[in-house]
Amino acid sequence: MPHDHSHMTEIEARVRALESLLTEKGYIDPAAVDAIVQTYETEIGPRNGAHVVAKAWTDADYADWLARDATAAIHSLGYMSRQGEHMAACFNTAETHHLVVCTLCSCYPWSVLGLPPTWYKSPPYRARAVRDPRGVLAEFGVTLPEGTGVEVHDSTAEMRYLVIPQRPPGTDGWTEDALMDLVTRDSMIGTGLAVSPEAAG
Amino acid sequence: MSSADLGGRDFGPVAPNPDEPMFHAEWEKRVLGMVVALGAAGQWNLDQSRSARESLPEDQYVSIPYYHIWLEAVEALMRDRGMITDDEMDKGHACVPPVPVARTLSAADVPAALAKGGPVDRPATSEPVFAVGARVRTMAILPGTHTRLPRYAADKVGEITAVHGHHVFPDSNAVGAGEAPTWLYKVAFVARDLFADGHPDDRVSLDLWEPYLSDV
Repeated sequence: MPHDHSHMTEIEARVRALESLLTEKGYIDPAAVDAIVQTYETEIGPRNGAHVVAKAWTDADYADWLARDATAAIHSLGYMSRQGEHMAACFNTAETHHLVVCTLCSCYPWSVLGLPPTWYKSPPYRARAVRDPRGVLAEFGVTLPEGTGVEVHDSTAEMRYLVIPQRPPGTDGWTEDALMDLVTRDSMIGTGLAVSPEAAG
Repeated sequence: MSSADLGGRDFGPVAPNPDEPMFHAEWEKRVLGMVVALGAAGQWNLDQSRSARESLPEDQYVSIPYYHIWLEAVEALMRDRGMITDDEMDKGHACVPPVPVARTLSAADVPAALAKGGPVDRPATSEPVFAVGARVRTMAILPGTHTRLPRYAADKVGEITAVHGHHVFPDSNAVGAGEAPTWLYKVAFVARDLFADGHPDDRVSLDLWEPYLSDV
């Protein structure tokens, strides 16, 4: 990408000018900005959450701990960072499917899922997830079995929610590593299900 | 009135894009990094930051990209505190001396700062008023200042399903009136009690502070 102003959008130029001003005034160090961006690009993402889920699927004691004290159980795996200070895990069952939203802003469990996708932060999802969760799920291609209730969690405080999807059938004896590949980001928000072994190939 | 209180409204289909990149442009990365880094300056708290975002005009709030909302809010926070001036923004360089800040985050300190985060639980100074299983009613009138009770859940009856802990109270913290920690509960509502067209099998749970709640 060329970096001369003639090829920059108005906002690109504005942000660049702001960063330059804040650096000149000593409020920020651009190297710290680089390091923050790089951390979220390479280190903190949905693989963290998938590890938590796969461990819960294969280790009953861990699953029990996760249900009782998700903050400690998740921190024990080393996933301890901002927007993950206070965690709660919601286990999907045949009776209840959990769905997470933040209608008031974009609260999201960064420590285990990374930065939220645009749709999670945008008005359509934030507006409708509480009122019409089944319609929203249908837009993600998810249809729930008859008799399954939906519990929507509106993240109004500093509790951050991680959905533990149901373990797909046909995965008996699978290792934690193999199971992790079945755990999608959306399945941990509740807008998806874990991938079946057939679909995973 | 918050521009960010969107629950229960309708802005059309969600349109998820499974191939969406983490960032759509370089400026989004810089805004994310700057906003996180500026936290170290200690010039505002989490709730003041949220309040600044939701104070944007609604037509702007619902139409611009999310990192653009962050940009507008962080500029407003810095202007309000005299950290930057309109003159400096126009000229692109410093015109007045910087205000003293708590800390400038260095690259070396980034891992520790991200790991530390910003826990909001505080030592309890009282017993929780409500126990799991209690029926509670949410307040009917929302304050004109920052609050975390969405309009769709105002003046509704639900059930306490968990006592999360003793947490900073955003309504106070956002207006600079101190953290005023209080009990935070998980409150479950029958979907139909919130929305007439709610599915009979569904529930909506919110995390609500004690001052929002009263006995039924």
